[in-house]
Amino acid sequence: MPSFERREVHLTLPIVRDMEIAATAQVAVLGELLQMERDQIDEVKLAVVEACINAFEHSGTPDRKVEIEFVADEKSGRPFLEVGVIDAGCGFDPARVAEPVIREKIHSKEKRGWGLKIIESLMDDVRIESGEHGTRIVMRKYL
Amino acid sequence: MSERLTVTVERPDQIVAILRPDGYINASGGEEIAKEAYVLLGDGVVNLLLDLERTRIVNSIGISILIEILEKVLDQKGRLAFCRLTPTIEKTFQIMGLAQYARLFPAVDPALAWLRGETE
Repeated sequence: MPSFERREVHLTLPIVRDMEIAATAQVAVLGELLQMERDQIDEVKLAVVEACINAFEHSGTPDRKVEIEFVADEKSGRPFLEVGVIDAGCGFDPARVAEPVIREKIHSKEKRGWGLKIIESLMDDVRIESGEHGTRIVMRKYL
Repeated sequence: MSERLTVTVERPDQIVAILRPDGYINASGGEEIAKEAYVLLGDGVVNLLLDLERTRIVNSIGISILIEILEKVLDQKGRLAFCRLTPTIEKTFQIMGLAQYARLFPAVDPALAWLRGETE
């Protein structure tokens, strides 16, 4: 990969059903710019979808919108795609999110709760900053 | 991608059925699949194959609905299989442990053979 020019895209999504798909289009454009494999792009897309759904459903953000920051850059010669999903909601404690277990989900009324596990499994680096003024999830995938 | 998911159903025999979703498996997409699956289960077809060739994203809400379908299949002593998954969808199913309860296949024919009890 030749020396890489940093690219940034900012997107504001209203909290509207299926709006998370709008974010995946930006992932595709920047992923292709970085010459990522299609499967890597798909992994970032799903992680972003999950982060958006978490923000849409759980943030309680009063402005009813989610900010997304996309960065294509390189670190020590390693190109990466980084996506930040930011809301101004009530925040949460990631340490208190229970680890989902499939055998407990089957025949349980609560089958949800997979989002964070999927994000952390698909991305190379995930940072979560959360407090009473909102949440920022920053996810990075290296080539 | 935002267009509504469609599902086509093929019943090659009385033992198995193939569901072929086309599009994003989210809440509404998952419900479309479940609607067709429950009709089949109601008709006594308890071995179901979901052919995901035309699906590139299954979100966690869609997966939770797939788990509901799995429950009902297991309750009726049937089998559930998936085939032609993208590497990302397969990885996600493995991460979740879904592959412990439903088999994943690269192609349709070996999946049908397993659903018919012809292979283990």
